[in-house]
Amino acid sequence: MSATTLNPPARRAWRLPPPLVLFGLCWLALMLAVAILAPVITPYSYTALDLRNRLSAPVGMGGTMAHWLGTDELGRDVLARLISSIRMSLTIAFGATIIGALIGTTLGLLAAWARGIVEQIVLMLVDFSASIPFLILALAVLAFFGNSIVLFVCLLGLHAWERYARIARGLAIAAGSQGYAAAVRQLGASPMRVYLLHILPNIASTLIVSMTLAFPEIILLESGLSFLGLGVQPPETSLGSMVGYGREYLTRAPWILLSPAFVIVLTTLSVSLIGDWLRDKLDPTLR
Amino acid sequence: MVRFLAWRSLRAFLTIFLVVTFAFLVLRLSGDPAQIIMGADAPPEAVEAFRSAWGLDRSVWEQYLGYVGSIFTGDLGRSMRDGRPAAALVAERIPATLALTIPALMLKLGLGIPAGIYAALHRNSVIDRLVMLVAVAGFTIPSFVLGLLLVLVFAVQLGWLPSGGQESWRHAILPVVTLGIGGAAVLARFTRSAMLEVLGQPYIRTASAKGVPWRRVVSGHAAPNAAIPTVTIIGFMLGSLIAGAVVVESVFSWPGVGRLMVVAVANRDLAVVQCVLLLVSFTMVVANFLVDLAYGLIDPRLRTGAQGGH
Repeated sequence: MSATTLNPPARRAWRLPPPLVLFGLCWLALMLAVAILAPVITPYSYTALDLRNRLSAPVGMGGTMAHWLGTDELGRDVLARLISSIRMSLTIAFGATIIGALIGTTLGLLAAWARGIVEQIVLMLVDFSASIPFLILALAVLAFFGNSIVLFVCLLGLHAWERYARIARGLAIAAGSQGYAAAVRQLGASPMRVYLLHILPNIASTLIVSMTLAFPEIILLESGLSFLGLGVQPPETSLGSMVGYGREYLTRAPWILLSPAFVIVLTTLSVSLIGDWLRDKLDPTLR
Repeated sequence: MVRFLAWRSLRAFLTIFLVVTFAFLVLRLSGDPAQIIMGADAPPEAVEAFRSAWGLDRSVWEQYLGYVGSIFTGDLGRSMRDGRPAAALVAERIPATLALTIPALMLKLGLGIPAGIYAALHRNSVIDRLVMLVAVAGFTIPSFVLGLLLVLVFAVQLGWLPSGGQESWRHAILPVVTLGIGGAAVLARFTRSAMLEVLGQPYIRTASAKGVPWRRVVSGHAAPNAAIPTVTIIGFMLGSLIAGAVVVESVFSWPGVGRLMVVAVANRDLAVVQCVLLLVSFTMVVANFLVDLAYGLIDPRLRTGAQGGH
């Protein structure tokens, strides 16, 4: 680590995050609000057809206020589909991020506690999953197990588990040799208690930063797989599948894919910016 | 060095073994391919005949041992769709994929590394900020969005380039650019942080203090040291020469390995999927192995096992 921090970090002093991060936070808050309030704010049902107004253009490209982001080939409102897609994609990404963090952290702590053969097996699995492109594995698993949403979320949850496992194991081994862990162990605490109540809270900040870094990757994976037609299946809709279907109408109705594409990019960008900022702020060792 | 290589080879072999087992388990246990290929209303005798022809009526263990055995003899099974050897089907797609991924790799290296070094040397300048902004954008824009935007602008609006297919070299421009930009962004970001890390080291100060020209300090002292972490990511890019274009090939209807994989997965063509999986993991493992060798060449400490001075 380069020792180039010139002025000591101002502790306790609350400073406003940089403008880009602030923008990211606002955008993310907006997306969260949309995802939570989706059924309330949606102008139409995302499956409602309006066959008189098929492929109608958005406002500004010759459309009407009735469908101000336009409609698709079946006259379904793009805004309604976008709102429903945001809800779907964010739900999947949240679920998968949490599953990945849980699996990875559990295995990492297990390896740190058990050592020996268990640790070697965990490390071997870590090597294995770090060395194969996840998209290829996911493709193979997905099409052969069918397309249930639950399975899809669990599958995406396997993405990046090895990163949490590696971090959790390393930090837990380091923490285990520190005074506080030895002290509670001396007081007769069970290993479970030592790891979950004492070591985990001390390494949580690093794990949370890793989660914010994995989150946009999962959004990209989900939208990529859905784009290929192998993720979220109709009638459900996600940001990626909207882009995938919109691609058929690229020349006649580009607005179908432009709005979900825009949301994907802005959302991943926001989370990345926030993640980088958090990393610099909370954990300088994670560069 | 010999022990190091032997250990690495063992681990590489183990990884491939794990992939084979994983592929076999997932693909065989997830459904009955005979029913899927023949359709639900196929006559039972026909399904039975299909099963015994493909060895699907044996126990899973027998199938597995037979599969591993046939891999060693170079037989990767036949496509269940048209009966041709899966290995041949995959092999004939490899040139098309490499025709995209190799130029894209050149683009990544040619753009990413110089941009990263320049940004590090002119830290906080306008160009540095610009490079970092483009790098973050390149990292967060998914390849299918970038590809479709390029199609929208250069094929639909301007009409300069074709939007898909593989008839001429002009068809390759948009997919190569799509692949290259994202990778160049990642590489620029990585190179920049590696260079910044190195430029803060005492030996750089020493070198410039004793009067070595700055140009020589950068090319002789900073760049070689910054190359070590950068080699890892280049190795990963080398490993994804086969697998890295799945989405882009689909966007541009390019008949490569990735497209074959997507179609085979949709058709549940087990032999082809396993073959691609094996090919991809093999290239990844070879690339990782090469990275380790390159480490040995760039960093003498790793070769001799000696500890560094700083």
